[in-house]
Amino acid sequence: MAEEKEQEAAKPITRSGDKPEPAVPDRVHVWPYLVRNEFIASIIVMVLLTVWSITIDAPLEEAANPTQTPNPSKAPWYFLGLQEMLVYFDPWFAGVVLPSLIIVGLMIIPYVDINPKGNGYYTFRDRPFAIVTFLFGFFFLWISLIITGVFFRGPGWNLFWPWETWDPHLVVAITNVDLAAWGPFKWMGNPKIFEIEVIGFVLIALYFSTAVAYYYLKRDRSDAIRQLGAIRYGIVAFLFLTMMSLPIKMFLRLAFNIKNVWVTPWFNI
Amino acid sequence: MPDLNDLKRKIVESQLWRSMFRHDYSDTPRNRVLQIMANVWLHLHPPKIRRHAIRVRFTWCMGGITFLVFLVTVVTGVILMFYYRPVAEYAYADMKYLQHDVPFGMIMRNMHRWAAHGMVITVWLHMFRVFMTGSYKPPREFNWVVGVVLLTITLLLSFTGYLLPWDQLSIWAVTVGTNMARATPLVGSEGPFGEMVGVTSRYDARSFLLGGTLVGPPALLRFYVLHCILLPILASLLMIVHFWRIRKDGGISGPL
Repeated sequence: MAEEKEQEAAKPITRSGDKPEPAVPDRVHVWPYLVRNEFIASIIVMVLLTVWSITIDAPLEEAANPTQTPNPSKAPWYFLGLQEMLVYFDPWFAGVVLPSLIIVGLMIIPYVDINPKGNGYYTFRDRPFAIVTFLFGFFFLWISLIITGVFFRGPGWNLFWPWETWDPHLVVAITNVDLAAWGPFKWMGNPKIFEIEVIGFVLIALYFSTAVAYYYLKRDRSDAIRQLGAIRYGIVAFLFLTMMSLPIKMFLRLAFNIKNVWVTPWFNI
Repeated sequence: MPDLNDLKRKIVESQLWRSMFRHDYSDTPRNRVLQIMANVWLHLHPPKIRRHAIRVRFTWCMGGITFLVFLVTVVTGVILMFYYRPVAEYAYADMKYLQHDVPFGMIMRNMHRWAAHGMVITVWLHMFRVFMTGSYKPPREFNWVVGVVLLTITLLLSFTGYLLPWDQLSIWAVTVGTNMARATPLVGSEGPFGEMVGVTSRYDARSFLLGGTLVGPPALLRFYVLHCILLPILASLLMIVHFWRIRKDGGISGPL
C-alpha cells in the first residue's frame, strides 16, 4: 500500500527524465537531510523548554475565592487582545462578533485571495494588499493590544506605565458621551425612528457604502477588482471595514471621548 | 576472546533481531528510502522532497515545532493526571502537592505550562509564516481552513487548562473569558435580543459552558474533560488531516 503511494509520488521524478537512483538535483532524500533538521530542531526546543521549566516557575496564586475579585482581573494573555477591545466596544461586539469574524475571516482568506503570485516564496511586491492588511491586523492590532493588556493595564483597567506602582484607588474621571450628544451632532437633537437613532445608522451605512462606491469606481479601471467579482469583493470589503472599525473607534474614544456611535434599545456600537 | 564482529553478526542475523528490524542501516540509497517508507512514524514523509523544503529560512520549522510542543504537553499532561483531581475541594491542594511533594512535580507542571504557552506562540508564528509565503493558495486552501480550526482548538485547550489549578488567577481569568459568552446575541442572557427570545442566565450560552451560573465545581469538571479528552482528540484528528493534506497537496509549498 505504502509502495503504491510512493510510486505515485515518485512519478514526477522519473517523468522528468533523470535517473531514479541518485537524488535528482532538485530533490534530496528525506533521510537524512530533513530528518536531521527535524532532530536538531527537536533537541534545541527540548533543551530550551527544559531549561526554562527548571529556572522559571509557573505561577500559583492563593486558592480560588469567589468572594474576592482581584483588581485587575485579566484574561489569559492570548485573550487580552479581546479584553482590551472591551474598552472600546460592548461585550457582544468585542467578545463575540469580532472574534467570530476574525476566525471566519481567516478561514476565508484562501478563497478571496485570487492573486496567483506569491505562492510558495516570500514577496512583498507581488501581493502588497494582502501583506499590509495581514501585518496590520496581526501586529498592529492583535499583538499590540495584547502587549497593552499585559504590561500597561492596572487596577480599574486604567493605564499605568510598567514601572508605575498600581494604585487600586486611582479614579479617572470618565467624561464619555455618545456620538449623538457630541459636538456637531448635538444640534440635530438625536432624531429617532422607532426608537432607533438615525445619526448612528446613517453614519454606519455611509461607512460601508464607501466600499460599494469604490467598487463601482474601480471596476472599469482595475483588473484585480474585476476578476475578484462582486461577491469576493463584498466579503473582503466587509471584513476589511469591520477590522478598521476597531482603530477608528479607538481614535474616536481616545481623541473625542465618544462612547457609542449608534445606540439602539437592543445593542450599542 | 569473542570476536566483536562475530558477536554483532550473530545478533543481527538472529531471528529476534530480524523480526524487529527489517533492513540494515548501511548508507545506501535503497536504505535511505527504506528508513522512511518502512517506518510507521516516519512514513508520513515522502522518501524524497524538494530541496527548498528543508530550508529553515523558508519554513521556520514552526509547524513541526508546534507538533513537538503539543506532544510535550500531552506527555507532561498525562504525568500530571496521576496526581491531580478535578474536584474543587482537592484541585488547589493537589497543585501544592505536585509542586512541593511529588518528585519532579514542579518541573512537570512548569514544562506543561510553558509548553502550552509556547504552543500558542508557535502556532501563531506558523500561521504567520504560511501567510507570508502564500502557502494557503490553491491547491492548499482547505488545509489553511483546517489550520485555523486547529488554532482555535489550541486557544481553547489553553483556556480550559487555565482553570484547572483553581487559584485566583484561574477562576477570575475564566470568569472574564466566559462572561463574553453571556453577551452573545440571541443565546446570551445579556446579549442583544437575548431577553426577547426568553434566554435566562441559568440557561444560556455561558451556563452551557460552565454547567451553572458561576465558575464553580461543575465548571471545573467540565473544563477538565474538555481539556484532557475532547479537545485533544479533536486536535489529534485534525492534525492527522492537516499533515495528510500536506502530502496530498504536493508537499511543502514552493515556487512553481
